[in-house]
Amino acid sequence: MSKKLLLQGGRYIDPSTKTDDVRDILIVDGIVDSMRATIPAPSGCETADLKGRIVTPGFIDIHVHLREPGFEHKETIATGTLSAAHGGFTAVCCMPNTNPAIDDESIVRFVQSQGASVNGGIVDVHPIGAVTKGRAGKELSSIAELVQAGAVGLSDDGAPVYDAEIMRRALEYAGMYGVPVIQHCEEPSLFHGGVMNEGFVATELGLPGIPSVAEEIMIARDILLTEYTKSRYHVAHLSTQGSVKLVREAKMKHVAISCEVTPHHFTLTDDLVRSYDTNSKMNPPLRTQADVDAIKDGLRDGTIDVIASDHAPHSLDEKEVDYLQAPFGIVGLETAIGLAITELVAPGIISMNQLIEKFSTNPRRIIGRNLDIREGNPANFTFIDPEARWRVDTGVFKSKSKNSPFHGRELKGKAIGIYNHGKALFV
Amino acid sequence: MGLSSRHLLGLDGMPKQDIEKILDAAVSFKEILGRPIKKVPTLQGKTIVNLFFENSTRTRISFELAERRLSADVVNFSASGSSVSKGETLKDTARNIEAMKIDMVVIRHAAAGTPQFLTRVVQAAILNAGDGCHEHPTQALLDMYTLKEKFGSLEGLRVCIVGDITHSRVARSNIYGLRTMGASISVCGPATLIPKEIERLGVKVYHRIDDVLPNVDALNVLRIQMERQSGGLFPSLREYHRFFGVTKERLDRVDHPITIMHPGPINRDVELSADVADGPHSVILDQVLNGVAVRMSVLYLLGAVN
Repeated sequence: MSKKLLLQGGRYIDPSTKTDDVRDILIVDGIVDSMRATIPAPSGCETADLKGRIVTPGFIDIHVHLREPGFEHKETIATGTLSAAHGGFTAVCCMPNTNPAIDDESIVRFVQSQGASVNGGIVDVHPIGAVTKGRAGKELSSIAELVQAGAVGLSDDGAPVYDAEIMRRALEYAGMYGVPVIQHCEEPSLFHGGVMNEGFVATELGLPGIPSVAEEIMIARDILLTEYTKSRYHVAHLSTQGSVKLVREAKMKHVAISCEVTPHHFTLTDDLVRSYDTNSKMNPPLRTQADVDAIKDGLRDGTIDVIASDHAPHSLDEKEVDYLQAPFGIVGLETAIGLAITELVAPGIISMNQLIEKFSTNPRRIIGRNLDIREGNPANFTFIDPEARWRVDTGVFKSKSKNSPFHGRELKGKAIGIYNHGKALFV
Repeated sequence: MGLSSRHLLGLDGMPKQDIEKILDAAVSFKEILGRPIKKVPTLQGKTIVNLFFENSTRTRISFELAERRLSADVVNFSASGSSVSKGETLKDTARNIEAMKIDMVVIRHAAAGTPQFLTRVVQAAILNAGDGCHEHPTQALLDMYTLKEKFGSLEGLRVCIVGDITHSRVARSNIYGLRTMGASISVCGPATLIPKEIERLGVKVYHRIDDVLPNVDALNVLRIQMERQSGGLFPSLREYHRFFGVTKERLDRVDHPITIMHPGPINRDVELSADVADGPHSVILDQVLNGVAVRMSVLYLLGAVN
C-alpha cells in the first residue's frame, strides 16, 4: 500500500529551474509523482491545503552547531535537527567544533548515523570536517578521508585557520576533492579579548572591542590565497561593510568565493549590547547600522550567496554570567526564515525568489548537494506561510537551548512544514 | 526626595537633578566628618554588603567608612578565599547573599555591566563601585564635588582627563557626569589609549599635553597601568612620562594655575611628578576625604530616602 500526499494549490517556486507558479504536487512514497496545475486527489490520499502558501525545494542551513559529541547539555543531534525541522530546514551542515572535533572519519560517520536515526531522519545532517587536527591550526586533518566519509566542506569554525601556509595547503588539498574551505574570518592578533564590535558603543560601555579589520584582513588574505591556488573558498558569517566590499570585488575578478550572512547580522546592531544581555554576544559581533545596510546591499546584488543561522546553542547557566565570561553565540534555526522574510522580503530588499536561492539553491550548490525536484525524483520541500504573523517565544523552541535575543519579537512569515524522505512535518 | 533610580549603576543618563542632590547632600556629610563624633544614625538597621570581586583598598575602605559612619551593618566579601574561587557563579553568590536579607549591595567587578546584571537577579539596591572599564560613578561624583568645592560651579569649567582613557571607568563616569553638569571636557593621551569614536561623547581629543594646558582649569590625571606597556600600547614609562607626564616644568609654562586631581594610587614621576602631586594646586587628598562624604550622600539617598 503506497503512501500518497497531495499538496494542493501552493505557489511553487524553484529558482534553479526558474519555476514560479501555482500547482498541485502529488508525492507517492517519497517520490514526486506529478506536478500539474490541478491534480484530482486519488483515493486514500492525504491532502495538504497550501493555498496562499509557498512550496520550495527544501531549505538547508549550512552553518549549525549541533554540539554532539561532547556538549550534549547544550544541544544534541536529536534536538538540533528537531529545531531545524520546526524552523523549516530539511538539511543542516554541522560544524566540527565538537569534542572530539570532527577531524576523523569515524566522527563523520557517527554524526551521520545519529542524524539518520533521530526524528525519523527527516533532516539530513551533513557534517563539515575540521581543516586541521583538533582544530588547532597546526596540521591538516585527514581531509580526503573526511570527504570520502561524507564531509561536505572543511572548517575550523569557532577558530580561524590563521596560519597562511596551512590555509594555502588546505585550499590546495581540499580543492582536489571539490569541497570548499569555510573560513571563520578573524585575525587572532587583532581579536584578543574582544567581546563586541569595536566602535562607539564599545567605547561607551567600556567593553573590549573586536575591530572590523580583524575580519577583513583574514578575508583579504584568503582571497589572495584562493586566487593563487585556484581553489574554492567560502566565508562564514560575514559581518562588516568592508567584508561585503572585498567579496564583491573578488567575485568581479572571478575568484571562486562564496559567502554567508546570519539573520542577526542583518537585523541587529551593537546597540543591543547596551542591555549587557549576553544574548547580544556573538562572534562575529553585532556591528553598526552602516554594516547592516551594506549587508542588505550585498544580499540584494548577489554578493552574499547564503543566509545561514550560525545556530549556537548554550545553556542558560552558561549565558547567565557576566558579559566578559559569557560564551559567544545564539540559537537561530527557529527564527532564521521569519527574520529573513520580515527584514528582507517584506521591505522589498530581496524577492521571495532570492530568499529561496539563499536558503536552498545557493547553499546546496556550494556544498554539492543540489536538489533536482521533478517528477520521478525524491520529494524534498519546505512550506512557507509568507503572511503569518507570530511572536518569537523561546519557551516553545525545540532546541535544547533558549539563548535568543529575539524572544518576544513580532515576525512576519514562517515555515509551516517540511517534507523529506517520505515524511511530512507540519508545525 | 530620593533619586530617580533605586540603584546607582553609572552616571550615563543620570539626570542633572540627581547629581545636584548627591553633591548638595554631601556638603552636610562632609560637615559631619569634621565633627569630633563622626557618626549619625541614618542607616541604622540597614545591612550593606561590599561585594568586591576585584582588588581594591581605597574604594572599599572609603565605602566601608561611609557605611559605618551612617550606622549601617556592614559585611565585606572579597572574591579571593570565597566560594567564587570554588567556581560559584556571580548569580549564585549574589542570590545567596540576598537570602541573608540585605538591603544594599556595593559591587566592584572586572566585567563591565555586572551591576546591571545584578539588578536583574536580586532585589537589593545596587551601587556600582567600579565595573570593568565601564563606570565608577562614586569616583566621578567625588571628583565633581571636589571641583565644585574649588570652583563654586561646574558650569563651563574646562576639565581635561589625561592618560589611559580606553581602560578607564573613572574617565567614562567623569565624562558623563561633567557633561550633564555643563562642563567642557577634553581627553589627552597616546592614540593607542584613546577609544574609538570618543569624540561622539562630546569630548575633544588631544595627543599633546602642552596643547591642553593653556585651555584648562583642571586636570584629572589617571594612573597608567604597567601592564598596558607589555600589551604593546605604549613603548615605555620613560617615554610616557616625557610626553604625557604632568610636571611642574610644564605647568609653569602656562600663566594660570591648574587644579590637579588623581583617583589614586599615583605612580609618582610617571603620570604625575612628585612636586605636582604634593604641590599647592593638588586637591588629591581633598578627593579622598570628599570620597567618604559623597559615598555617605549616595548611601543616604538610596538607602534611607528611597
